[in-house]
Amino acid sequence: MSATKERRPAVDGWFTAADGTARLLGTRCTSCGTPYFPRNELACRNPRCAGPKDGSELAEYAFSPRGRVWSYADARYKPPPPYVSPDPFVPYTVAAVELDEERLVVLGQVVPGVGVADLEVGMAVELTEGVLYADDEAEYTVWMWRPVG
Amino acid sequence: MNRDIAVLGAGMHPWGKWGRNFVEYGLAAARAALADAGLSWPDVQYVAGADTIRNGYPGFIAGATFAQALGWSGARVSSSYAACASGAQAIGNARAQILAGLCDVALVVGADAAPKGFFKPVGGDRPDDPDWLRFRLLGATNPIYFALYARRRMAIHGATLDDFAAVKVKNARHGLANPNARYRKKVTAEDVAASAVVADPLRLLDICATSDGGAALVLSSVEFARAHGVADPVRISGLSTATPTFPKTVLDLPDFATDSAMTVPPPDLAFRPAIAAAAYEEAGIGPEDLSLAEVYDLSTALELDWYEDIGLCEEGGAEALLRSGATALGGRVPVNPSGGLASFGEAIPAQAIAQVCELTWQLRGRAEGRQVEGARAGIAVNQGLFGHGSAVVTVR
Repeated sequence: MSATKERRPAVDGWFTAADGTARLLGTRCTSCGTPYFPRNELACRNPRCAGPKDGSELAEYAFSPRGRVWSYADARYKPPPPYVSPDPFVPYTVAAVELDEERLVVLGQVVPGVGVADLEVGMAVELTEGVLYADDEAEYTVWMWRPVG
Repeated sequence: MNRDIAVLGAGMHPWGKWGRNFVEYGLAAARAALADAGLSWPDVQYVAGADTIRNGYPGFIAGATFAQALGWSGARVSSSYAACASGAQAIGNARAQILAGLCDVALVVGADAAPKGFFKPVGGDRPDDPDWLRFRLLGATNPIYFALYARRRMAIHGATLDDFAAVKVKNARHGLANPNARYRKKVTAEDVAASAVVADPLRLLDICATSDGGAALVLSSVEFARAHGVADPVRISGLSTATPTFPKTVLDLPDFATDSAMTVPPPDLAFRPAIAAAAYEEAGIGPEDLSLAEVYDLSTALELDWYEDIGLCEEGGAEALLRSGATALGGRVPVNPSGGLASFGEAIPAQAIAQVCELTWQLRGRAEGRQVEGARAGIAVNQGLFGHGSAVVTVR
């Protein structure tokens, strides 16, 4: 991995690490307060929300970066495309994390080097940015979970 | 008001990896169901196809594809796609036509020819499709989701790898005598433990395969069945294609995230229990009335979740229920006497229909080598991607 390679998000507008703290980006209903990830720009989906439900009620929202592990698993075999796998394949770990503040469960890969033996249901984790794959031009980044402390 | 319909015929093409066109499997199943019903294709007024997103355009319009293969007859048609719940939607469509009095006899057909290995998203770059993105951004294959549920059960309810293996051993034993099952081989706990870890904590033998197969049902009004000489037909008395209630707080394949429970508390019934509850309510029976159940064991661990979701036990009680032997043939309420996905592998649009074929044979007392003694009522449950419920209650 060259340090000089450009870093680009593997997906635009889903997360930011601009101010040094990685956060998931989504939207939040200004009428009922329900946050959405991935972003929902269409209409608030809370059926009892009294907002206009035309999208005007949905504002940009950056999620809190901390949560607890709801569950976790790993991948021992190379998944099919469109996953971009290094050759040879490198196993990776995925965690489902319940955000403390927003009370939703979000999937993410776990930072390299942390495997299922290092995780527990209920463990505190925080969001970070990590490299998902690279090509000759750039390293493509995504949100990842890492144990706190 | 009685809303029962009759199951006049059930038929399947054996599950396997045959490498032939899905239409052939559907046609064989349809002919078998018609023969079982003692009817011929021109008697069918409505054909409901359960679609497959593989196999090109004929798969997307399976109703017409099967109607053409059987020989154009002018029958009315529908084609439904709801992933694993496609079959339930097709049965639901046929039921609605029959109950509305728009037809007397309907044929439901689903078939698939599945690729080898992991299911993968439909081809092409589709960065606005969550099913494409979950592979791209997370590498979240189906087994990853199954493994997340399995690990959660271990942590919250004390499930063990031995419990998961016991589900496989049980279902493999059930499937031994089923002529339509793909795997008819005894499996031991040692076999499971010796198979490769695919997605920790699940091993290869914990996870269902993908299969080719076809299943079909001939459905009719109860009046038509009686006039046709079937005085006491197996009846579908409840069918649920329920969607979730907001906020949906259980992560489902292929979601990146659940709804937030920050502003609205989660519903009393989570999605999967709600699917079964709606079918029980229609049927006017409860889990205590069941003789058997066919549940969607995409993984061994998921079968345990279903025990609770369909009310066979309280939440957290599935391991004890399994260990008691209640869900094995000869037990109080055998689960997956067909052998389940563990013995079949998944042929997506055919699977919910195949579950009802099994309930039908069980309730007729014709499930040779795997018969649940005195079977009077059964439920088949399933769940399709993106929030498609699938539950069918049959009684006799």
